[in-house]
Amino acid sequence: MAWLDTIIQGVLLGGLYALFAAGLSLVFGIMRLVNLAHGDLIVLAAFLILMLVSALGLNPFLAALLAMPLMFAIGWALQFFLLNRTLGTDILPPLLVTFGLSIVIQNGLLQGFAADSRRISVGGLESVSVALGPINVGVMPLLTLASAIAVIVGLNQLFYRTSLGRAFRATSDDPVTAGLMGIQPKRIFATATGIAMVVVTIAALYLGTRANFDPTIGPARLIYAFEAVIIGGLGSLWGTLFGGIVIGIAQTFGAAINPEWQILAGHLAFLVVLLVRPRGLFPRAVD
Amino acid sequence: MPILALSNVSKRFGALTVADAVSFELRQGEALGIIGPNGAGKSTLFNLITGNIAADAGTIVFDGRDVTKLPPMQRCLAGVGRSFQIPQPFEKLTVFENLLVAGAFGAKKTEAEVGDRCAEILVETGLIGRANHPAGGLSLLQRKRLELARALATEPRLLLLDEIAGGLTEDECGMLVDTIRTIHRAGMSIIWIEHVLHALNSVVERLLVLNFGKIIGMGTPDAVMASREVREIYLGIEV
Repeated sequence: MAWLDTIIQGVLLGGLYALFAAGLSLVFGIMRLVNLAHGDLIVLAAFLILMLVSALGLNPFLAALLAMPLMFAIGWALQFFLLNRTLGTDILPPLLVTFGLSIVIQNGLLQGFAADSRRISVGGLESVSVALGPINVGVMPLLTLASAIAVIVGLNQLFYRTSLGRAFRATSDDPVTAGLMGIQPKRIFATATGIAMVVVTIAALYLGTRANFDPTIGPARLIYAFEAVIIGGLGSLWGTLFGGIVIGIAQTFGAAINPEWQILAGHLAFLVVLLVRPRGLFPRAVD
Repeated sequence: MPILALSNVSKRFGALTVADAVSFELRQGEALGIIGPNGAGKSTLFNLITGNIAADAGTIVFDGRDVTKLPPMQRCLAGVGRSFQIPQPFEKLTVFENLLVAGAFGAKKTEAEVGDRCAEILVETGLIGRANHPAGGLSLLQRKRLELARALATEPRLLLLDEIAGGLTEDECGMLVDTIRTIHRAGMSIIWIEHVLHALNSVVERLLVLNFGKIIGMGTPDAVMASREVREIYLGIEV
């Protein structure tokens, strides 16, 4: 049964990677903006939750709930005042600016919180598990995957069932024409980044409770997010979840063979998918 | 009060003057046709009216309000609707969603409020059968109809049509003109740029002729068509 256990742990880990990736995918899908600071924003949100937990003595879940509107505001302002200026036909400015932002966030966090490795405690819930048949499954990993699925269902509902979602899709199609229809693309983009930051906060909660984090781990999370998005195929959120699960399973299998192989196995799985299906497994858009 | 009044509107791109002290008024409920050779500044004039291009000089008054400095979005909300020469639907949205977006944002209402009206517009413009298909899969005639439908969904008080009959077969053109005539008879003010003169002349009350950004003729279609200058410049007929 060891291999079944490995697969299940991999699937659950994939939920975390899907959470890392969903915000990235959302922003890229709507405004073709590759946010290189995405991983650092996850770490920033983790520190924000940690701060709320230690300063106010809140339960981490409650702290994350409180952090969501704050992160939405940060995302909205970041997009409206900074990133909107970088968007255009040239793809280089957004890359350079978000790369710079990544460095700024890392060093800001180093300054504010030092380089110590931290963890958000969920008061014993880390070690609670439930028995699924012969396999014991941790409650937190299970919650992570459930949250990833809930986020994807929620985002899909938002996209296809609401007026805001249609505005997202219309603006993504053609921002100039959308402007003539009474849509303000810059505000739509700001709202999209705000929503991405809410997803980032959820990702940060599970990142911070699962393992230790410090101000410099953002870029490594960004890599997993990128790989999940690309494996799944651009533009499909369910594909992103699947991509996360592929990396998760590869990593747990790698770790089962030899603990040193965990991260390498994830990257190898990504390379194999790129070789076999360069456009990802579930490509939706032709662009 | 005229629905739209331009006075001495000018625009230059470098050495090229695309609008040269253009002044005209459009009465409420009137349909005005704009003709002129390629590059005469017809589409530019639309861009000036919708705000996609800022005027260098002059004023544009829409419905008694000076809109010269307003951005396109606010002019859309004020009631300026436009269809493009090259249809630009939101291809990944369904036909109905294209209208919902235009209706909800272009008229500042909720989707529930605009839903019925959007369905009516789809019936009026003959697109109801394609309502739930992605707009990317429409034929040229259907795309042109969607341009018209989407402009109507923003609940405009002035409709700007840019070469909507271009590229259509004779029959298709006739059907589209019937639709436009119906909309005009219901009281819509229209400015229509068109090269298909018989289509244009069967709807509009007045024609405006542009050449190198300058108005060189204005009047009833018959009078304009009979003018010597127009025949020389636009129709290329030696007189």
